[in-house]
Amino acid sequence: MSATDTHDPNRRDFLYVATGMAGVVGAGAFAWPFIDQMRPDASTLALASVEVDVSSLQPGSSLVVKWRGKPVVVRYRTEKEMKDAEAVNLGDLKDPIARNANLPSDAPATDANRTAKGKEAWMVMVQVCTHLGCIPLGQEGEYGGWFCPCHGSVYDTAGRIRHGPAPENMAVPVYEFISDSKVRIG
Amino acid sequence: MSEGHSTYTPKTGIGRWFDARMPLPRLVHDSFVAYPVPRNLNYAWTFGGILSIMLVAQVLTGIVLAMHYTADTGLAFDSVEKIMRDVNSGWMLRYLHANGASFFFVAVYIHIFRGLYYGSYKAPRELLWILGCIIYLLMMATGFMGYVLPWGQMSFWGATVITGFFSAIPLVGDWIQQLLLGGFAVGDPTLNRFFSLHYLLPFMIAGVVVLHIWALHVVGQNNPTGIEVKSKTDVVAFTPYATIKDAFGMIVFLFIFAYFVFYLPNYLGHPDNYTVANPLKTPAHIVPEWYFLPFYAILRAITFNIGPINSKLGGVLAMFGAIAMLFLVPWLDTSKVRSAVYRPWYKLFFWLFVADAILLGWLGSQPAEGAYVLMAQLCTLFYFAFFLIVMPVLGLIETPRRLPNSITEAVLEKNKGGGGHPAGAAAAPETKG
Amino acid sequence: MKKILTSLALVGFVVAGGAAIAAEEGAQATTAQPTHFPMKELQEMDWSFSGPFGTYDKAQLQRGLQVYKEVCSACHSLDMVAFRTLEGLGYSEAQVKAFAAEYTIHDGPNDDGDMFDRPGKPSDYFPSPFPNEQAAAASNGGAAPPDMSLLAKARGLERGFPQFVFDIFTQYSAGGPDYIHSLITGYGETPPAGLKIPEGTYYNPYFDAGVSLKMPPPISDGQVTYSDGSPETVDQYSKDVAAFLMWAAEPHMEERKKTGFRVLLFLILFGGLVYMTKRKVWSDVAH
Repeated sequence: MSATDTHDPNRRDFLYVATGMAGVVGAGAFAWPFIDQMRPDASTLALASVEVDVSSLQPGSSLVVKWRGKPVVVRYRTEKEMKDAEAVNLGDLKDPIARNANLPSDAPATDANRTAKGKEAWMVMVQVCTHLGCIPLGQEGEYGGWFCPCHGSVYDTAGRIRHGPAPENMAVPVYEFISDSKVRIG
Repeated sequence: MSEGHSTYTPKTGIGRWFDARMPLPRLVHDSFVAYPVPRNLNYAWTFGGILSIMLVAQVLTGIVLAMHYTADTGLAFDSVEKIMRDVNSGWMLRYLHANGASFFFVAVYIHIFRGLYYGSYKAPRELLWILGCIIYLLMMATGFMGYVLPWGQMSFWGATVITGFFSAIPLVGDWIQQLLLGGFAVGDPTLNRFFSLHYLLPFMIAGVVVLHIWALHVVGQNNPTGIEVKSKTDVVAFTPYATIKDAFGMIVFLFIFAYFVFYLPNYLGHPDNYTVANPLKTPAHIVPEWYFLPFYAILRAITFNIGPINSKLGGVLAMFGAIAMLFLVPWLDTSKVRSAVYRPWYKLFFWLFVADAILLGWLGSQPAEGAYVLMAQLCTLFYFAFFLIVMPVLGLIETPRRLPNSITEAVLEKNKGGGGHPAGAAAAPETKG
Repeated sequence: MKKILTSLALVGFVVAGGAAIAAEEGAQATTAQPTHFPMKELQEMDWSFSGPFGTYDKAQLQRGLQVYKEVCSACHSLDMVAFRTLEGLGYSEAQVKAFAAEYTIHDGPNDDGDMFDRPGKPSDYFPSPFPNEQAAAASNGGAAPPDMSLLAKARGLERGFPQFVFDIFTQYSAGGPDYIHSLITGYGETPPAGLKIPEGTYYNPYFDAGVSLKMPPPISDGQVTYSDGSPETVDQYSKDVAAFLMWAAEPHMEERKKTGFRVLLFLILFGGLVYMTKRKVWSDVAH
């Protein structure tokens, strides 16, 4: 080392640390676009909401649309199906949370909380089993709700898990009835 | 040289455990920390490091682009546009990759010319040089196939013209061309295999780069004097001396690179490649990427038949011959002195050769007509004469300048006479600031 | 260093000399029947998006969109531009939605297996004026009008030596808009005597692939009514639509230049630090 360095070792250390820090910041900033590009792109996000015409549905029937690459079921429930769902004691539920994206995350899983206000006959739900992502069959199983053929999860007519390996009720997406015959999902 | 004994001593128990089982830290230490480099290397020697980071950058941007690209003639162009418009940061990644290819070639050309100037190809570095030539060839293949992927007009017609070279081969030419294309013209099979190979070749380049660096660490680096390292005073440790100098060279290079990526991203490209490929319509004149232009000019310079060889085959042979010259350089140069610093005549011819190569590049971008053809022919003549006449003859007749006895002596002489600062006091002015 | 500079100067002289000879040779070719196009040099305009800090003039882009919609879109598609991206022109989400709804999108098949028409949504792309390329060619005398999404980057001419060297420093990259503006305003000139104009084509000295083109003069003074009081002239229309097409081809340009400024600034600061460190490290070694 030359004589000048021994006079002021702090300055040299500072320089090394500052250069090293700048290098780390630069590398971090450079890494960002590589991660950023993995996020859903603009065209995918543009399709994030779909409008569904449900005027053709009769009580007891349902239709499925694709939303964000997943099936969303719209089921027009019969009086009996609603009554059955309402009658369930919350304490008997495996998952007591509503799992409704339109409500606070701690809302209890009552039948009313699983549907939209004033549209309680309509069940709008992501039809994907919360166990490992299979698609349950509608109007099937012990409760006449949904039954997942993959690993035997049984859901009631409000899409709540009753028994089987699935941990949660099926998810209710953000949705809104924009008219009596049209639902906007997402 | 690195063939000496290793100076690595692991300090921790874990270090010793590792060292006894897989001495990777020792390899890194010996190759990139303790490795001795000549003390007089100038900034032309930072381009090896620059090329390494360009290769890494190209591989990284390429891998993420491949996540969005579709190799199908009906979808490729649109998928590239989707990257440009919709994918987050997609425009940046694509411009980095497209311009990165160009700047990879900028760096490799400076690297090659540096080797030619300082005689880095001479014994015992012949194999090191040839490995470099192989990397250059692989780079050309990768660059060419990458340019086809966006499936624009230049992609399509460039691919048509370049695969057409092979049809010039007598007897089996058409068969080979169809083998490359997977059809009678450039189409879906061509695009798919080019995508596959474009993804593969960079990893082959990386493999040859490992051999290139291995060979380098066996024979040691050349230096501006061309004199071999003789004593410990001739060298400094790779880290921190070479690493920090390389880092500065890289940042300056990246600055220019970034200037193009963000302000002139299409300057080095061709407008026609923003029109989707149309097999029924040829662009007004087809131009390859700028880094192929000198060779393209040589290809077009052969407008006449040479004996039994027709002009088409002649052009293709001349073009491949121009690249083949590089492989032969270690044996074409007969001089006993390595560096052009001590070879006044070679230095003059070297710079004429640089001018010739640039002029050929410019001619390659011009339409092949009138005076351009004649000029290209003269330039081609000089190109081959430089390798086949100047290099062998000059080594025999030229009187070199007096060589210093060692690198250290050369450095001290330069600092004494050249008005540079005296040894040991270089840091004085900036410690005050 | 001095030697390298001298050598580079030598290289420069040789290259420039060669180029000058060739350029002179090229100039002799412009006689009665030209072989190099365009016949006239493009007019270079002042664009708001030029230079390192250039930005799009949103009012101009909106006018350009209006010109495209009312005039160009009769023949030219804009396949790669989605309505949702029009927010980049300064429109609100609701305005974009209303704009998209003015278009009819052919969609389907529905559950009955039929194709149907519906109003456009922001996630849709500008619909083509023709069902396919063959139909476009058939209705336009055999030449399909080019898609306009990338036109501003797909046009632009060889700049020649030494112009292309200066372009690096001036950051000239408006060849496309300059071409579009020159071409639209370039109709109506009298062709030089003796020049043959093929029937059914229109003479335009700025056309890059011949003496004339099949597209008739596309727009005339007063054809589009502007609401912001801008002059309703062909010159203004063509500038506006050229700027709009530049945006259509390069919607992320502003973001690109902004990012670039930050990157270059960082590299200067980081480079300065590394240089100081380098001086420090090498201070005890003569080299």
